[in-house]
Amino acid sequence: MVEKQIWTSNLNLWFGKNHILHNINLEAYKNNITAIIGPSGCGKSTLLRCFNRMNDLIPDMELTGKVYLGNKDIYAPKTDVYAVRASVGMVFQKPNPFPKSIYHNVAYGLQIQAKYTKSEIKERVEESLKAAWLWDEVKDRLHHSAMSLSGGQQQRLCIARALANKPQVLLLDEPTSALDPQSTAKIEELCLSLKNSVTILMVTHNVAQAGRISDYTAFLYLGELVEFGKTEHIFTVPKDKRTEEYLTGVFG
Amino acid sequence: MNRRKGKNTFWIMMMTLMLIFTAGFLVVFIVRIISLGAPVLSWKFIVEPPREAMTEGGIFPALMGTFLLTALAMIFALPSGIFTAIWLTHYGKPAWLVNILHIVINTMAGIPSIIFGLFGMAIFVNLMGFKVSLLSGSLTLAILALPVLINNTEQAIRSVPADFSEASLALGATTRQTISRVVFPAALPNILTGAIISVGRVAGETAPIMFTAATFYSRRLPHSLQDEVMALPYHIYALMTEGTHPEAQVPIAYGTALVLLILVLLIDATAIIIRSYMRKKRQW
Amino acid sequence: MKDIKEKIFQTIAYLAALLTVICLLAIIYGIFHDGLSLFKVVSWKDFLFTNNWYPTHYPPSFGAWALIIGSLTVTLGALIIALPLSLGSAIFIAEIASPRLREIVKPIIELLAGIPSVVYGLFGMAFLAPLIRQWFSLDTGLNLFTSSLILGIMVIPIICSISEDAMNSVPHSIREASLALGATKSETIFKAVIPAAKKGIIGSILLGFGRAIGETMVVLMVSGGAAQIPKSIFEPVRPLTSTIAAEMGETIMGDLHYNALFALAIVLLIITFFSNLITEIVFRPKRQK
Ligand SMILES: Nc1ncnc2c1ncn2[C@@H]1O[C@H](COP(=O)(O)OP(=O)(O)OP(=O)(O)O)[C@@H](O)[C@H]1O
Ligand SMILES: [Mg+2]
Repeated sequence: MVEKQIWTSNLNLWFGKNHILHNINLEAYKNNITAIIGPSGCGKSTLLRCFNRMNDLIPDMELTGKVYLGNKDIYAPKTDVYAVRASVGMVFQKPNPFPKSIYHNVAYGLQIQAKYTKSEIKERVEESLKAAWLWDEVKDRLHHSAMSLSGGQQQRLCIARALANKPQVLLLDEPTSALDPQSTAKIEELCLSLKNSVTILMVTHNVAQAGRISDYTAFLYLGELVEFGKTEHIFTVPKDKRTEEYLTGVFG
Repeated sequence: MNRRKGKNTFWIMMMTLMLIFTAGFLVVFIVRIISLGAPVLSWKFIVEPPREAMTEGGIFPALMGTFLLTALAMIFALPSGIFTAIWLTHYGKPAWLVNILHIVINTMAGIPSIIFGLFGMAIFVNLMGFKVSLLSGSLTLAILALPVLINNTEQAIRSVPADFSEASLALGATTRQTISRVVFPAALPNILTGAIISVGRVAGETAPIMFTAATFYSRRLPHSLQDEVMALPYHIYALMTEGTHPEAQVPIAYGTALVLLILVLLIDATAIIIRSYMRKKRQW
Repeated sequence: MKDIKEKIFQTIAYLAALLTVICLLAIIYGIFHDGLSLFKVVSWKDFLFTNNWYPTHYPPSFGAWALIIGSLTVTLGALIIALPLSLGSAIFIAEIASPRLREIVKPIIELLAGIPSVVYGLFGMAFLAPLIRQWFSLDTGLNLFTSSLILGIMVIPIICSISEDAMNSVPHSIREASLALGATKSETIFKAVIPAAKKGIIGSILLGFGRAIGETMVVLMVSGGAAQIPKSIFEPVRPLTSTIAAEMGETIMGDLHYNALFALAIVLLIITFFSNLITEIVFRPKRQK
């Protein structure tokens, strides 16, 4: 039996007058990878950013409905947004390391919380870099600039950076679309290895990728959650015609 | 956590406060100049020469002097500035000269204006024998304007996409034809903007013309390049420090300052407007 | 024919570039040639480190220590006033203000950066100095504090505008990365944006320093002009620039006083060369593009 980790209930979102997300009910399960697919502009990124309240930063955003993280409504009035964002990590489309050393990139999230000792941080940095399969490549140059890494390494660094906060959920927004096939394969494997410790939600344009690594797939179309279910079901016997058309490449 | 939120609020309030302070200072400054300068302003103030040892009359010779100094300085500086920028962007060989030139330009841009004044005095006034004159002053100002002018022009030229010149070169055009027919016209608005900004800077300079061109008091306009001239910025300084009737001179100084301020701000505003207009219109 | 035109054009461009280099060499030559003559008579140690600037006494003495200290203290004071205000404003404009407010404030700051310094001098001399004399019941309002205050106000727009540009050019993705890790706005500003923009910010401060130490008109009008080491911030001082400007008119070309003023200019040039050098080193890697 799978256990719900993060889920939405009747989620609606507007940017100004534009109704972007329509009544979304999506569940992501513990120790599973959930892929969100759909044509460009359908609201995948927007949906993903509801889970760590990054949409709050857009001035005229309005949201109704609820988003739960382990039974807690993260949009409840008294919620600590910063704590939510620390426990829901995010990795972006283009690798965006800080122009700091590799070490300080990973330590960033812990340092701002100002409740860890130096040695705790050091330990956690190593642990996170190991979890992101980067440790062996960078252990001798932790204090070199993160900008000197390759694109794929930078993206794994960004994953390590998010993992350092020990998040319950990891959000990935097309994490491989700016990478070469080899780096992509590495990140995909990495995700599979990470799902034992963290719940993963991944937006992807690449249908094959969703098929390869995800346990559940959500198909989003024009801001509506058209279909959601086990990946093998969705890919073999889609219930909705639009899903079928998308998967077979009729549009998108 | 609450401490972090508190810190966040504190810093945001501090930044807001800093901006308010800054704005406050600058508003007091501007309002002071306008409120004391405006009562003095009149048509007569603009078109009449000073009278009674600068205690009455207008600022016409100073206005014209500033105009002549600035115009001549730009006539001297523009061609050499533009050609230097063209050399930097399109020829640039040998490479070490490019590096040296960049260092030279940055160094010159950082030299205090009084040093340009001393240099002008030593070279143009004394060594070349141009005396304290319109010519010495505008040459000095031209050299002062040169680094900014080159920098702006270089940036303007570099902001023209390389595709344009490549397309032209691929059609068999020479470098010169490419520059004069493709690159230069495309960069012209930005070059102009840069030039206008230099005009504003040159018009407001005092220290470089103190020993090279400016005179306290002259009822007539210069007849030749060899004549001394009055100039707005220097006139303000003279009114404040020379003469024996501060009660009559200080208001005139405020009036002159307001005229200078309006002049410079108009020039700069023109540049800013041209720039933002061009940015919107630009098609690449 | 085409070839000749081409050659002429290229030669003109080359000559213009050379002319620019020659201008700087001429400036250095002009200043050093007339300034170094002083050191045939006065040792450079006495010139730099003794405090007795009596160029018109008989015999004259040329110890510029107080003038150098004058320049440095006025500049330091200006930066102390300008840094919090200008950087705070820059942060506000770049990170906190709404885009609409930013679009209004930014050009205004840029405009203010272009105001001629003599106008600031007038403001200081005719308005601020009397006010400060009254407030602190001093003998004169023309002093170190007033000069620093005016210079500070004068360099605020410069530092603010350039450091705002630097922060503004930090990619948005850096801010997102920081916020997504649970950082607050101020943590994002101080720990992600400012470190990423630090080169530009240091550059803007160095530029402000250069502007303040090289400024002539403001200190000429407001500093009070006493060649002494100030014992309090309310005492008059006499920076290098205003000494040159005030005394040049009294000298005869080629006399010792004239050379001494050029020697002051050498000191000033060397200070600005050094601040340029630092800027150059800070920015070197970026230039390659
Ligand atoms: N900051 C914003 N302000 C206003 N509208 C926005 C904003 N961000 C996104 N939108 C709009 O919301 C809709 C959904 O955008 P979103 O980025 O979520 O799509 P997406 O599915 O991630 O597309 P892609 O596959 O291209 O990344 C789009 O129509 C977009 O124009
Ligand atoms: Mg997207």
